[in-house]
Amino acid sequence: MVRLESVGLRYGRADSPGAGHNQALHDQVLHDVSFYIPGGGFRWLLGPSGAGKTSLLRLLMLAVRPSSGRLEVLGTAIERCKRRDLPPLRRRIGTIFQDFRLLPHLSAFDNVALPVRLAGRPEGQVRADVEEMLRFVGLTRRSDARPAELSGGEQQRVAIARAVIARPKLLLADEPTGNLDDVQATRLMQLLIELNRLGTTAVVATHNQALVQRYPGRALVLADGRLVQDGTDVAFAACDGTQWRGA
Amino acid sequence: MRPSLRPAKADDLGLRRALSDRLLPLLVTAMTILAALTLAGAIAAAGLARHWRGGAATMVTVQVPDPSDAAPGGTTRAVAVARLLEMLQGRGGLGVSGARLLTEPEVGALLKPWLGVDAAALSLKLPAVFEVRMKYSSAAFAAGAAGDAFAAGAAGDAFAAGAAGAAFAAGAAGLDAALARVAPGTLVERNGVWLSRLTGLAASLQACAAVALAMVAFIAAAVVALATRAGLAARRDAIEIVHGLGAPDRAIAGPFSARISGLAFGGSLLGLILVVPLLIGLAQVSAPFQADAAGFHSPEALLAALPVFLWVSLAALPLAAGLIGWSTAQLTVRGWLRRLP
Repeated sequence: MVRLESVGLRYGRADSPGAGHNQALHDQVLHDVSFYIPGGGFRWLLGPSGAGKTSLLRLLMLAVRPSSGRLEVLGTAIERCKRRDLPPLRRRIGTIFQDFRLLPHLSAFDNVALPVRLAGRPEGQVRADVEEMLRFVGLTRRSDARPAELSGGEQQRVAIARAVIARPKLLLADEPTGNLDDVQATRLMQLLIELNRLGTTAVVATHNQALVQRYPGRALVLADGRLVQDGTDVAFAACDGTQWRGA
Repeated sequence: MRPSLRPAKADDLGLRRALSDRLLPLLVTAMTILAALTLAGAIAAAGLARHWRGGAATMVTVQVPDPSDAAPGGTTRAVAVARLLEMLQGRGGLGVSGARLLTEPEVGALLKPWLGVDAAALSLKLPAVFEVRMKYSSAAFAAGAAGDAFAAGAAGDAFAAGAAGAAFAAGAAGLDAALARVAPGTLVERNGVWLSRLTGLAASLQACAAVALAMVAFIAAAVVALATRAGLAARRDAIEIVHGLGAPDRAIAGPFSARISGLAFGGSLLGLILVVPLLIGLAQVSAPFQADAAGFHSPEALLAALPVFLWVSLAALPLAAGLIGWSTAQLTVRGWLRRLP
């Protein structure tokens, strides 16, 4: 379950690694955002570049805390949550990053294994789970390869495997199909739908209009850091941005 | 099971490359050598002070001029003093634990550096010289060492009440006073003053060594903190990723501590290996100042002759370096992680 009530986000030096070098990051990136996603819900997150999609995802993955308003993730009020209580919560969240965010010195196998090792699973169970996951994303034969030895699509699949291997309660994805071919994109969507059917709450940010039309569902539409639409009848025109239309 | 990354050897954070095994261990090696030399200096100073207190400094020289002249009681002055000292030694009086009359050749040998020839050849009338060993811990000697108060207290009528026995019975009566009663004009030379100065010197050397050790430990911690921060900067992305995956601070600080403490321990061990031959060489140089110089003729004897406490302290240096590395890395990483939500 995810609930936002009048949430605002302003990046400060402590919140953003690049904040000190980019004055624009000190600007307010989210304004008065409110929505609710019940447990097991699914939301597309739409909007033009710079609308605040990634910032909203960073809030939901607990990479930053809201500057104002109330944020509740998986039943926990984040603004009141102590720092030491956040890691267990993060382990219940799976994230697929736009830039993959794989550890470059680890093999595909070890990258995928990170969440289950952090979850404290025995090494024998880790091996079985990771091998199954790599088989699912079609990377069994690339399990020893490091990210630099993988193509963009393969890295994307490793990132997907890492995000879902621990069966997260909340799954966040930022352009998850951006580097995938149609077959792999379809497989990913089937996986997301299956996880969602099993109770995982999912939020998927995308520019891929065809993907949204192929898998229609409720959408959150952001523009200039504000939530402009929350519903099933997504009007792409509402975004009023050529980047969104053309992407 | 507690959430954690794999053991440090699996290197999930890529610290083998981020925390080089070259510069940090070499710096710790140098600091270990400094610490070992400082420790050795401090322990040597303490040993010398102990040696002085227990050896030459407890010796008192008693000179009896005109030893053959008559003394009260019908004996010669030399015999009267010898009896007094023998009695004091037997009963532990006034802190006397031993006394020996030097032979004429021994006295001649003592005077030869000043006279240039054998004293016997000049037909000089030599005093009787007694070598008296005092108990360092005795109150009487302590008083003397503090500033020639050896004879302070009641000389009074101790001798009148029964010669030397009464002097002993007086308890606090000084050796000087007792000797003056049985052989007036007897001189007592003690080493209390220079002992007190040398002991002060040794204490100040030990204090300097303690300060130097503290500085070495502080610099070691600073070096480790800098190395850790460099490692954090190099692995910032990896740390943020595993942090985002739900790794607690402990799981991130642990690999840093394991790596840093391993490097510090290894560097310190290397320093220890390098410094031991140096210490043995220094021990050989300082052997004449030690009590048991006869045992320093072979390396094995040198090893055995060095204080056990020094060896224990040296063995503890790599452990201390590892501990400093571990704790400093923990504090540095945890402090850095607090900037993340």
